[in-house]
Parts: sequence; C-alpha cells; structure tokens
Amino acid sequence: MPILTARRVTKRFGGLVAVSTLDFEIEKNAIVSVIGPNGAGKTTFFNCITGFNHADEGEILFEDTPIHRLRSDKIAHLGISRTYQNIRLFANMTALENILVGQHSHLHSSWMGAVLGTRPTREEEQRAHEEARRLLRFVNLRGQGDDLARNLPYGAQRRLEIARALANQPKMLLLDEPTAGMNPAETEEMMSFIRRLRDELGTTILLIEHQMRVVMGISERITVLDYGEKIAEGSPREIQTNPKVIEAYLGRGSAAEVPGQAASPSVSTMPAASSAG
Amino acid sequence: MIEKTWRDWGAVVRIGLLGGVVALYLCLTGLVGVFSDRPLITGIISLGHTLLVLAGLITGYVGASRAPAGQGRPVLGGGLVGLITGVMLALLILIGGQVNLRAVLLNASPALYSLLTFSQGVAGLWVPMLLGAVLGGLGGLIYVLPPRARRPAIWGLAALVGLGLFAGFLRTPMLTGSLSGLARFLFGPEGLTPAGALITLVLVVGGMVIRDFAEPPARKRIAALPHPDRLRLRRVAIGVGLLLGALVVLALPYALGPFVSQVVALVALYVLMGLGLNITLGFAGLLDLGFVAFFAVGAYTVGLLTSTAEYGIAQWSFWAAVPFAVVIAMAFGAFFGLPILGIRGDYLAIATLGFGEIIRILAGSDLLKPLLGGPRGILNIPKPIDGLLPGHPLAGPNQIYFLSLVCAALVAFVAIRLRDSRLGRTWMAVREDEDVAEALGVNLVQTKLLAYMLGAAFAGLGGALFAGLVGSIFASSMQLFVSINVVSLLIVGGMGSIPGVVVGAIFLIGLPELFREFSVYRFLFYGAAMIAMMLRKPEGLLPSTTIRRELHAGAEEEAPSATDAVGDAATP
Repeated sequence: MPILTARRVTKRFGGLVAVSTLDFEIEKNAIVSVIGPNGAGKTTFFNCITGFNHADEGEILFEDTPIHRLRSDKIAHLGISRTYQNIRLFANMTALENILVGQHSHLHSSWMGAVLGTRPTREEEQRAHEEARRLLRFVNLRGQGDDLARNLPYGAQRRLEIARALANQPKMLLLDEPTAGMNPAETEEMMSFIRRLRDELGTTILLIEHQMRVVMGISERITVLDYGEKIAEGSPREIQTNPKVIEAYLGRGSAAEVPGQAASPSVSTMPAASSAG
Repeated sequence: MIEKTWRDWGAVVRIGLLGGVVALYLCLTGLVGVFSDRPLITGIISLGHTLLVLAGLITGYVGASRAPAGQGRPVLGGGLVGLITGVMLALLILIGGQVNLRAVLLNASPALYSLLTFSQGVAGLWVPMLLGAVLGGLGGLIYVLPPRARRPAIWGLAALVGLGLFAGFLRTPMLTGSLSGLARFLFGPEGLTPAGALITLVLVVGGMVIRDFAEPPARKRIAALPHPDRLRLRRVAIGVGLLLGALVVLALPYALGPFVSQVVALVALYVLMGLGLNITLGFAGLLDLGFVAFFAVGAYTVGLLTSTAEYGIAQWSFWAAVPFAVVIAMAFGAFFGLPILGIRGDYLAIATLGFGEIIRILAGSDLLKPLLGGPRGILNIPKPIDGLLPGHPLAGPNQIYFLSLVCAALVAFVAIRLRDSRLGRTWMAVREDEDVAEALGVNLVQTKLLAYMLGAAFAGLGGALFAGLVGSIFASSMQLFVSINVVSLLIVGGMGSIPGVVVGAIFLIGLPELFREFSVYRFLFYGAAMIAMMLRKPEGLLPSTTIRRELHAGAEEEAPSATDAVGDAATP
C-alpha cells in the first residue's frame, strides 16, 4: 500500500508550468529518488507535498488523507518532514534548540505552564531535552548541542538539519539534495546514514539527488522529471538504460552514451546538475 | 615607506579637522554654553569646559593612533590634532568678532567666545590653540602609555567626570545625616570640591593598580578549580550580587530622596514595557512601532475604572482595575494582531505605527470626549496604596517606586520563564525563518498572536502603573515617542536580551531624566547614542547570544567532544 499518492498534480507559476499532471506513488518503507535536469520541477513537487506551494490541480494523499490544501504545519503534524536544498537551519539558535523546535508537534505544554513552572511542563521539557540529545548522538553531533547552528561545519549542518526533521518523528522524510557539496567520503557516510534511517526507524524516504552514485546506490525506485513531466519511472537499472532519460540529460542523438553507469566513478554527476531544480 | 608616513600624517590632519568640527558643533549647538553654568570641580572647571577638554583628549587619542609609530610621533600627532581643533575654534572667535553670526547660529554669542578665551576677547585667540595642542598631546600621551598605566588614567578621568555629574544627587541626602561634614568636604553644591576630585582620582587610580596586581592570580586560582566548584562560585557571586542589588534598591528612596526614586520608578516602568516589546520584537521578531497603543489601553482602563472625577465609571480600587487593564490590553493585542500578522517586516512596522497613532488620536478626539475626556483627560486616579490602606507604612510617596520595581521584577521573571520554554524557542524559530518553522509544525498565527498579546499585556500593565503613578492621564501622554523610546532601549540594550532591556532603560530613560536641566539635548544624545551603537556595537550593550555563550562556555569544556565520523574538516 502506498504511503503517499499524487494524482495529476499540476503547479503553475504565471505562464510556467513547473509540475504538470504528475502521478506519483511511494510505498511505505521505500527509498525513492526524484531526479531530473535543472528546472525539472523536483523541488516544486517537494513544496507541493509539504505545503510550501499548493497544487493548482490534482490531489495528494498521505495515508489516504488529502493534504494538498493543508497548511505546512498541519502536514508536519501528519508526519512529513523535510530538509532543504540550501540548508535552512535556525542559524542563531543552538544545535540543541534547533532539534527542540523540530519536536514542536509532539510537545503540548502551554505558556501558562511554562510561566508557573508546573510539573508536567518541567517533565515534558526534560523528556524533550533527552530526546534532542539522543538525536544529536544519532547524527554524530554529540557534545555540540550548545554550538550555534551557524558555527557548525557544513557537513554537521546538513546532519543537524536531518536531526531536526527527525525530531518530528516523521513517517516520511523528504531530503532535498542531502549530499550537495559533499566530498566522496562524506557522501558515502550520508548514504549509509540514509539507509540506517530507513532500516532502524522505518522511515519512508523520498530524495532529490544529483549525484548519480548516490541515486543508483540507494534508491529502490527512481522517478525522472523533465519540464515538470514524469518521463520515466522504474528501478535504477531500468532508468539507466531508458532512452528518454538519456535524451533528457544529454540531448537528442546521445543515446549511445549511457548516463551514470553506477559502477564507473568517473560519471558521478550528471551534466548541469549543480543548482536549483 | 616615506609615502606611507605622509599618508599617516594626512590621516592625522583629517582627524584634527574632524575634531575641530566636533568642537565647533559642541559650541554652536549651545551644549558648551549650557553646561558651563554647572561646575564639575568647584572653582576649577565647568562642565562646558569639561566637554571641550574631553573632545580634545579623545581626538588627540584617536589622532595618536593614526600617527606613524615611534619616537614620540603619536604624541606629536595628538598635539597636531589638538592644535587644528584649537585653530578652528580660534577662527570661529575671529569670524564671530567681525560678523554677527547670531542671526543664523543662535549660540555664537560673545558669552561663548569669552568662555573659549577665558574672557580675553580677540586678544586671547592663542588660548584655544595652545590648550588644544596641550590637550591633544595629553591624549596622545595616554595613547602611548603602556596598558597598565593607560587604563587607570582613563578610568580615573571617567570616574572624575561621572562623580562630578552625580555629585548633586549624592550630596543632598548626605547633608541630612551624620555625614554632612564629609559631604561638604567632598562635594560642592554642584560638582566635586577640589579635595573631593583629588580623593576620587587617588582612589580610582589606586584601586585599578591594585586590581592589576591582584586579579591575574585570583583568576588563575578560579580557573584551577574543578568545574562544579566554579559553577558554585559563579552562583554564589550571582546570589551576593542580587542580594546587594536588592539592598540598594530598598535603601535608595530613603538615601537619595524622592526625585531619584521617581526616576527609578520611571525606568522600571520602561523596563516593564521594554520586556513586553522584547517578546514581540526581540523574541518573535515582529517590529511593533505602535506599542504605545497598549500602554494607552492599560492606562485608560485603570483611569476609567478608578477615577473619582468626572469620567470615572466605577471608582474601583487600583488593584481591582489592574487585572482588567492587563486583560483588555491583551484583547486589544489580539484585535490588532489578527489583521496584520500576515504582513512581514517593514510593512508590519508601518501598520503598527498607524495603530499607535489611531489610538492616540481617538483618545484625544471629540468623538470619544464624553467617554474619555478628550484632551482634558481623566483626573483624580487614586494612588494604589493610599486608596487601599491609607496611613499604612507602605503608603506615601515611595509606593510607586516599590510597586513598579516589584512589577518589573515579576514581569522579568515571566519573561525569563517564557524565553526558556517551548514557546520561547518557537518564537525565536519564527524570527529566524518562519517558513521552516511552519514546516516543523508551528502554527504561525497562534504563535505570533500570542507574542503580540503577551507583549500587549506587559504594556497594559505599564500603562496601568503609569496611571497610578501620575494620578491623571491625557491623550497627549500617549505620544509616538513612547513607542520609539521602547524600541530604542531594546536596540541599545540588545534585542532579545532581558538584562539588555534593563541596561537600555537605564541609559536611555534614566540618564536623560536625571539630567533634566539639559533636556533640550535629549534627542541629540539619543541620536548620537544610536549612531554610535549601530557603528560600534550593533548587537547592543548586553546581547543575548554572547550571554548564552558565556554561560555555556564552562559546560562545553567538560563535555566529551566527539570527533566527527563524516569528516567535518573536509568541507568543500
């Protein structure tokens, strides 16, 4: 049974059709990648799922609940979390506070309770802090909880952003280019981390990714977008040999060159794959 | 090398010209003239001259820092800067003697010239030039002194000026007690006596020198303590500090008299409002320039409910009216907040500015005159404790002092609790990036509205106290500049910082209020303070993050620092 279903989703910005009549499904517990050249509508699709944008047409169901008209805080409450292509941490708050904010949906103390310092509030705060420290350890940031987010190194910021998303205890996690700007060793680490998320926490993972090594290495299924339309879908092997995909990436008449032979490290990134999708 | 030297001298000359402009400005705005009526050290130097001396010393110091290094050149540079400053003042006297400048520059008067030349007229043109050179040179000398000698010199001067300014407040209460002899010895009617000045200088400089010798070993000893002990020591120090603070606060109105305690009450009132706006602006990042609206709502609610005069409707006691004032202010917060919460940034500031003005104009309007009294306001609001317990020891002139301090402390407590709660974190997250906060499950409308309402509640409490403090309210008290005052004190103290609010209120409300006689220059002082803050310390005097850093610095050292598996060092 799919955890998320999108039916004929369309999103326009003025005259530009960013996402066009997209059908999409993701199974529970799966790791699925969305790929495509720049401007293919990948991030817009993410935004439609998380309530940053609202689809003009079509519907999106999360565990059979329609979410395409909901505000993003409601969607978060249902169990969808995300990270961002260009890291968006709360820069002037500490790492620990970032994660604590991530737990927002699961905390219930009122401001009155906080002012009076009631026992339930204190206990809840303590539990929240313990959970936040546990998550810090989970993403290898132990002992850095009191550092301001903006002072953390790049890789640590990426992991903190994931920890913040995990604090919401999501059923589904949307990762927007989790390995952008990482070196091969860091990328390797991130891949096994993503697998761990799925295996240990049972989180369904949907990611946008440009590094073909990552895409081919961890995805069970891949969806390819081009100009807002889905041009292909299938297992990594099927996608690698799909002529439409090759055409979208390399242009007409390049069918002979197969993109991103996962095995060969020389083709690790598709052309023109460095910025906004 | 030579070229660089010349360039450095060029910079020195520019500083000198700048110093001259500053000195001319001080003279022509009338600051020097007004201040010269008050002595700093009786019979030796007036405040007006102090101002010019300080200008000379400081520009000399700055000039020396730009001069090429070595062989007394900094001192020479300081002297040059001072000389240029003096020449510019002399030019003013020369020109002022020939042409009547007063048509344009009111303060370019013969009185000013005689002040600058020590009553020698045009024949005394050499006086400002010589004095300028000497003072600039002294400033340069202070610059070249080794730090160990420089700091006592600077602090000694600062203490002299500070104590000279506050002498009047210290002397009056001392005269009544057994200390009157000492008071007469140290302080003149205004300013220090020469003996007092000497003693101050010796004490401060001596104290600094002793501290220089005693501090490093003490610091080393504290650093050697294990972490829990250090925390305990810090806690004890904070506790002792708070206790001493409380004692000073309790003794103040009896020691320094009603005027100072009234000023402190006003500061507390602004602290209260500052803490309120700190929630809206400092924590949640919503710039509200119409904050005075909620203040007005609180004040008018108390006025209407308690007044025994024309417009009073209930003649309740102050205490029964205060909760109402707070709740109604909160309701107004919600009422104003709802329509404008979707507005971001600068536009929000403009919208709230409008609200503030609407409330003020409505309060003074003919439309609501039958209800609120229009420009004539509401009179005869009973004093809080007199109304409840006439003749009680707590009643009387000091009641407002204690009341506003207690309220400010209470509100500070609430603000601290809120800041450290889930709600406080949520506000900060909304301030940092509201889209991301929303995607983490934060209901933006609820969160912002709560910030708005709680801020309004604090302001309402401030207004209620104000009504009790003054005993009458007029629409004209609800000016825009109350809002601006509150925003400014947040900027000066440090956005989002609770101790910063207190410091900001003392600087921007307390000091100008203590020196009422110079109130014409209040906004000059404001403007200068704002510009200096923005240039030098845009984060405020007591910014919140560094405080947090300091508090956590100890704990972090102890925590086992895990090296990262993912290899943070290899950032692209």
